[in-house]
Amino acid sequence: CAFLFPQASRMFAQCLQRCVSSVVLMALLCCLLSPPAEASKSSEDIRCKCICPPYRNVSGHIYNRNVSQKDCTCLHVVQPMPVPGSDVEAYCLLCECRYEERSTTTIKVIIIIYLSVVGALLLYMAFLVLVDPLIRKPDAYSQPLHNEEENEDARSLAASPAVPGARPNTVLERVEGAQQRWKRQVQEQRKTVFDRHKMLS
Amino acid sequence: MDQKSYRRGSFQSSTSDEDMLEIAGASLDFTVADDDPPLDREMGGFSSYNGGGMNGTSTMMDFLEEPLPGVGTYEDFNTIDWVREKSRDRDRHREITSRSKESTWALIHSVSDAFSGWLLMLLIGLLAGSLAGLIDISAHWMTDLKEGVCLAGFWFNHEHCCWKSNTTFTDRDKCPEWMSWSQLILGHGEGAFAYILNYFMYVAWALLFSLLAVLLVKGFAPYACGSGIPEIKTILSGFIIRGYLGKWTLIIKTITLVLAVSSGLSLGKEGPLVHVACCCGNILCHLFTKYRKNEAKRREVLSAAAAAGVSVAFGAPIGGVLFSLEEVSYYFPLKTLWRSFFAALVAAFTLRSINPFGNSRLVLFYVEFHMPWHLLELIPFILLGIFGGLWGAFFIRSNIAWCRRRKSTKLGRYPVLEVLVVTALTAILAFPNEYTRMSTSELISELFNDCGILDSSQLCEYVNDFNSTKGDDLPDRAAGPGVYTAMWQLALALLMKVFITIFTFGMKVPSGLFIPSMAVGAIAGRLLGVAMEQLAFYHHDWAIFSGWCSQGADCITPGLYAMVGAAACLGGVTRMTVSLVVIMFELTGGLEYIVPLMAAAMTSKWVADAIGREGIYDAHIRLNGYPFLEAKEEFSHKTLSMDVMRPRRSDPPLTVITQDSMTVEDVETIVNETTYSGYPVVVSRESQRLVGFVLRRDLIISIENARKKQEGIVSTSIIYFTDHSPPLPPSSPSMLKLRSILDLSPFTVTDQTPMEIVVDIFRKLGLRQCLVTHNGKLLGIITKKDVLKHIAQLANQDPDSILFN
Repeated sequence: CAFLFPQASRMFAQCLQRCVSSVVLMALLCCLLSPPAEASKSSEDIRCKCICPPYRNVSGHIYNRNVSQKDCTCLHVVQPMPVPGSDVEAYCLLCECRYEERSTTTIKVIIIIYLSVVGALLLYMAFLVLVDPLIRKPDAYSQPLHNEEENEDARSLAASPAVPGARPNTVLERVEGAQQRWKRQVQEQRKTVFDRHKMLS
Repeated sequence: MDQKSYRRGSFQSSTSDEDMLEIAGASLDFTVADDDPPLDREMGGFSSYNGGGMNGTSTMMDFLEEPLPGVGTYEDFNTIDWVREKSRDRDRHREITSRSKESTWALIHSVSDAFSGWLLMLLIGLLAGSLAGLIDISAHWMTDLKEGVCLAGFWFNHEHCCWKSNTTFTDRDKCPEWMSWSQLILGHGEGAFAYILNYFMYVAWALLFSLLAVLLVKGFAPYACGSGIPEIKTILSGFIIRGYLGKWTLIIKTITLVLAVSSGLSLGKEGPLVHVACCCGNILCHLFTKYRKNEAKRREVLSAAAAAGVSVAFGAPIGGVLFSLEEVSYYFPLKTLWRSFFAALVAAFTLRSINPFGNSRLVLFYVEFHMPWHLLELIPFILLGIFGGLWGAFFIRSNIAWCRRRKSTKLGRYPVLEVLVVTALTAILAFPNEYTRMSTSELISELFNDCGILDSSQLCEYVNDFNSTKGDDLPDRAAGPGVYTAMWQLALALLMKVFITIFTFGMKVPSGLFIPSMAVGAIAGRLLGVAMEQLAFYHHDWAIFSGWCSQGADCITPGLYAMVGAAACLGGVTRMTVSLVVIMFELTGGLEYIVPLMAAAMTSKWVADAIGREGIYDAHIRLNGYPFLEAKEEFSHKTLSMDVMRPRRSDPPLTVITQDSMTVEDVETIVNETTYSGYPVVVSRESQRLVGFVLRRDLIISIENARKKQEGIVSTSIIYFTDHSPPLPPSSPSMLKLRSILDLSPFTVTDQTPMEIVVDIFRKLGLRQCLVTHNGKLLGIITKKDVLKHIAQLANQDPDSILFN
């Protein structure tokens, strides 16, 4: 039982990490799915669309009204009726009425999420390209990371600021470490795809 | 302990491409290679392995209790060992089942383990469906952004902007809330200057979108470019590409797919959606231990995720499962079939609830007509099949030639410029023609649509004779001037699409080719259908028409011809068979049209196969040199395994490790001097009798760990792989037992085994290497790369094109 504890604490730590990421993922999913769920049927979002073709000397017309689904028939929507009473049935047989629903909230939320993600990525790219080198200038070790022609093996590994063995303790250092790792990964990927053309032609 | 000797970059393979068994050099720095955050990651941070609380002296129990972190994982750009993964999963399952009888907690654990697969499928379906909804809505909006903006709310696209207002019958696009750019800037929308301004804004927006797309891809996730399906096929056959299915690739692929589609380039989003869904699958696998640690189980999940991806792309759950079975997956156990279907269904349901198209349909071109067709129409359908096959073969040849040029010449050094030039060309050529200006999905939807009295587009401008209109049934009609204009515009659109897609597929932005191929086929089909329709109208008395197409009957449906043409072209390019037919009839809901679709699909596959054997995805796999062992091709040569095995006669003898007579230093020297991915273990050098096979990575990790953690292990310690330690004088240093990392059941064949059987074994079992024995003694080794090179050599291809291991 005694030896379970270190394992358990390690597993708890990993579980926590994974749980946090899964919680974030669930939150994102709920965010994406809740707009359609909570969108009540406001009058903005429903309509009955009737398309009536040209009939004798009446030209074709499209009628739009926001009525409920059971009222979505030619008689309720096509007003004022362009043909006299006796022809109404024949005219309505030609018309096609369809009930349509949409959710403006969903559309608005999704477009705004998308634009904010694109904006955030562009800002981050601008930060990495412009601001980051200025911040890192005093640290000579990171220079080779930006130079893609250098032999990546010796330099990039030797120049990594994380000293082997010393655990990055503070959150900032851990974030730094993760960011350096990620940058190296992207650089490797870029070399494989763009420079050596080893993958993805 | 000299760590520097083991620290090699993971991409050293560029220097030793000629070496048969080379792999990316071993690197203990997991931080660079891996994409997921596993256990303790820092260099030398092995403090958290098993028995952290125990004393380090109990060396025996350590290795029996739990494997070290890192043992059993794979290098980047390596193939997994399917046999080992599957047997590990069976062991795990056995252990859980046997423990479940002990306590309630263990019982719950076993139940949740069985249930975890279904929960994972549910999550994958939800995430894939949500992302597909996001992609659809954003792509719609951004495509319309090139033409104008909505005053009622900038987030509305053209159709939704005019949703509430009353549009006229003939001009269904105009409404006061939607302003084109010239209307916004100049105040009016007519005139030459307004047209030029619209033209300019269109091209400018297209260039902006594609520039953003390629910069994001280059800056954040270079793996997000291209279609993704060739690489996913390779991954599912057992290859490891770290980062290809990661978080950043997912985010960037989703974002840039929208940008690429909106910029008007001739590409589709179905292939990238498969990649997106597989990324979702891979990321969600990390929540479950069962799938996180086992690469074979993970690939089952990825097969199901690919099915979910196609399901949301087309609104075809069954078609998605069949696509995953036929095109993408390598091994498809029956259990995966049911789970893929579940994932595809959940994804389709999620997408439907987000309702991106406002009418509860999943795909933009869902058509529902049920007009009958006549047997004689099979002739034009077969003609369309032949066209599809010819176009497919032509496209594959030219696209591969262009991609090869991009790989090897200077063209490949300017990816951003290339994207911008192709976008500019596409936009400049596309704007004047109404049919290329609209998005390709809308074009297909319009072409599939059968003209009725309610339609007023240019394509449906037939000469209407109202006196003979009986209710809803339309007779066949003569084509009005609008139809003739539409015909030559469509012909120009066809030419443009045929040529521009060759240069677009394979660029450094996410690009799919389902939609462009369907567009080419739909245009060709519609042209043929209208021609047939007019022929039948003007020549009722001809023998072929008189039987079934009398005066006044609507016998020919051009929309059906468009559908059949789309299926033929898609089949010609991808060589799909069953999945294509199922996707097409799920798109249309018309079970009556299975026979024409099948006829066209079969004809196009036969014609295309006669010209070139491979589909587009297999051709790209061969172009990139991925180590993909084709499961469908027959190996029909009479070579023997001793013709293929290494070492050849002129090579130095096979590098082996003896079971109990080598020291730690000897093994380290071997590992340092060679770059093989594994070493056979023999009883002794004289007898060469086989004991087992040990992998390089496991050796390195175990020796490193032993030097640090175990007491008394020095360079002269003996390593032994047997059960009991060999007898040695008591003054010798303590010995290192490494039996736990030894594979005691390596596959062997004799040197006289025909290569047909060897290739079959590699395919069916998913082996990485196979040992060759002669009279019971170890003679050599055959690896998967050797098999691939041999096949390439016999097919007169360049055997050096197999790049990876």
